Amino acid sequence: MSTPILRLVAQRIALGILLLLAVSVLIFAGTQILPGDVAQAILGQSATPEALANLREQLGLNDPAWLRYVHWLGGILHGDFGTAQSSGLDIASSIRVRLKNTLFLAACAAIVAVPLAIVLGLIAVRYRNGFVDKLISGLALASTSFPEFFIGYVLIFVFAVHWQIFPSISTVDETTPFLERLQAVVLPATALTLVVLAHMMRMTRAAILNVMQSAYIETAELKGLKPFDIIRKHAFPNAIAPVVNVVMLNLAYLIVGVVVVEVIFVYPGMGQYLVDHVAKRDVPVVQAVGLIFAAVYISLNIVADIAAILANPRLRHPK
Amino acid sequence: MTNELEFLSRRVASGKLSRRDFLGRAAALGVTATFANSLLSNAAKAAGPVKGGTLKAGLQGGESTNSLDPATFLSQVPFAFGKCWGETLVELAPGGGIEYRIAEEIGSSKDAKTWTMKIRKGVQFHNGKEVTADDVVATLKRHSDEKSKSGALGVLKSIDTIKTDGGNVVVTLKDPNADMPYLMADYHLIIQPNGGLDKPDAGIGTGPYKVTVNQPGVKHGGERFANYWNADKYGHADQVEIIVVNDPTARMAALQGGQVNMINRVEPKIVDLVKRLPGVTIRAASGRGFYPFNMFCDTAPFDKNDLRMALKLAMDREEMLNKILRGYGSVGNDMPVNKAYPLFSDDFEQRKFDPDKAKFHYKKSGHDGSILLRTSDVAFPGAVDAAQLYQQSCAKAGIKIEIKREPGDGYWTEVWNKQPFSLSYWGGRPTQDQMYSTAYLSTADWNDTRWKREDFDKMVLAARGELDEAKRKKIYRDMGQMMRDEGGLIVPFFNQFVDATGKGVEGWVENPAQELSNGHALIECWLQA
Repeated sequence: MSTPILRLVAQRIALGILLLLAVSVLIFAGTQILPGDVAQAILGQSATPEALANLREQLGLNDPAWLRYVHWLGGILHGDFGTAQSSGLDIASSIRVRLKNTLFLAACAAIVAVPLAIVLGLIAVRYRNGFVDKLISGLALASTSFPEFFIGYVLIFVFAVHWQIFPSISTVDETTPFLERLQAVVLPATALTLVVLAHMMRMTRAAILNVMQSAYIETAELKGLKPFDIIRKHAFPNAIAPVVNVVMLNLAYLIVGVVVVEVIFVYPGMGQYLVDHVAKRDVPVVQAVGLIFAAVYISLNIVADIAAILANPRLRHPK
Repeated sequence: MTNELEFLSRRVASGKLSRRDFLGRAAALGVTATFANSLLSNAAKAAGPVKGGTLKAGLQGGESTNSLDPATFLSQVPFAFGKCWGETLVELAPGGGIEYRIAEEIGSSKDAKTWTMKIRKGVQFHNGKEVTADDVVATLKRHSDEKSKSGALGVLKSIDTIKTDGGNVVVTLKDPNADMPYLMADYHLIIQPNGGLDKPDAGIGTGPYKVTVNQPGVKHGGERFANYWNADKYGHADQVEIIVVNDPTARMAALQGGQVNMINRVEPKIVDLVKRLPGVTIRAASGRGFYPFNMFCDTAPFDKNDLRMALKLAMDREEMLNKILRGYGSVGNDMPVNKAYPLFSDDFEQRKFDPDKAKFHYKKSGHDGSILLRTSDVAFPGAVDAAQLYQQSCAKAGIKIEIKREPGDGYWTEVWNKQPFSLSYWGGRPTQDQMYSTAYLSTADWNDTRWKREDFDKMVLAARGELDEAKRKKIYRDMGQMMRDEGGLIVPFFNQFVDATGKGVEGWVENPAQELSNGHALIECWLQA
């Protein structure tokens, strides 16, 4: 690879790290603005003033905000996210388990959704404006328009309650064997696939159609190439950049935005973990999870950017 | 008819119907005495607990922030799991009163200030050690320590000293309290080795199940503890499992799909549909929880009893009960206690919706303009709808209510107990004294109606120190009357705990103290093949 590309890539990564740092400040500031405090939230309605004061003292809530931020950031750089204030468990090890679950579910959904969306997009372009195109677009749009919980409930009703072939509760843990794990995520992964499918499919279709207007496609047609070969060999490679972008966006969504699906299928992922700890004002956990989510977003975007750069011949072969 | 007979015979077997009554009813159904008797013995055989299997519950109310330290218990899952692995000194009996567990006997001095608890011999912790009086003392001390963050700190405030005396534990109180044994039934007070001082969240107790799985917010599991002292009564399944299912629809689906054997918190609006499902049994128990509209008695305009009375009379309790709880509850009578409490006099006149009288009192109060009522979804399920219904019934009495919907986040810190007119929720307490002391004494932190009456405080203290039950009952009656006619709370209804069980779950006992048969469902029920 040539130096300009390396420089561009390095620049992207450096920017990403800076962005992550800025996000960490934002996350920290945001958690400070939340009403109520951790002690009150942990003890709930049954909090007496004495118990509150004791707990606040014990949690170090009386230190100034900037000091707590510095301590926290220092810890993270050493791989230490601290302990959850509410349950006293080590955050890093709790997150490891949850993150693995989340990534597994996201991966299962992505392995099905991404190729399916792209292939459907290609087919839609091949038969553009015809019956097949309209059918694919219609079904994909319909599945996306239904809220996630509705799709989830329908899947549960049909496959878990009526036919009883898949479990409605997808609880997994570290000891769950791979095949059982796979069986557990079938329904949530299907729900997620249906949710993200249309976005990617439509984007693929639009991007390729855009390229199809070009003069060289006409040349290829006049050359007598088969329609599918034209799309595959000539149109798609030039449409990769926007497609990769939207795929990455959806992958990020599969990792950070699936709390509803997690709740419905009782899947122990990051989303539920975050929501629980927001409710308890458990600042260290909220910050840690927030930071991880930000990192996922930023790195997937970097990947998209780099892919776009690499896919662009003008950048690959500079004069 | 066969179904009815079977049902009746099962009731006899579980002690809910007398044998004589059963035979009478069987005769009325045209069955010979011999056949009826044989049915009865079959039922008794069938009703005996079946050992084995895995009993699974899908429960709402578990978070990834939960800990096994009983001092931190707050939501339903830790509560129910705590009953599996731990035990308290006493428990609340299904029919009111108390049942002895780790304590074998509790006696008091004549002034109800010194209490002696005899600790049961031969009760083993999961780590093999036997429970001693020292463990009990350490547990009580940990929870009652000034620096403790235990949820039981409030109820233990009245304790002065805790000492051992041979195999007994002697507790002296600052003030007389005839209800002292009930305090020991608080679900936080699980007896732990050395009081849990070494490792509060070790999960080692004396309960029928040993902790095997502890994944907060996901699932908890236990396997039968071989040396459990009370194995005839509790711990029938080989294993128990609690799966946290916070979504009501997912819970119902899990029960229907057979992934769990029981669930809690069935939404009142779907109960009628659920009843028709094959194999599913609704288990409803009328409880002590209630949903009050709280008015501050010391803040204008609620400082005038006429206005309070007008607002009470403008509440259509029947309509509320039917629309908000779909009938799964009982109407309230503007006092924080009901007949689920021991020593309650069930002869109060029921307050009814009376727009004319409400109008009269409203006029007399001299108030003009609208009254601001604060509500939120988190106050209780349906709280926003309840406020709107109330607004309509008030309009019929010429009272204008303005509703402010507050965000759920921070409702308990910013609105409840801070704003003069708001909706709230109380889970109830095991005794009338605890309920009144928690929220209706002048000095109570949670006096959420700002009910500050010296005469009332005196009655609370008098009743607390009175060992003569008839006299106490009389004082409680007077207190209830006073709350009803002058207090700052409007109580539309008391709730019911609505749980459900799937196929083959037997041995359920109705208990008004808490949901899931006071958390005992997993250790008390068994799976009938």
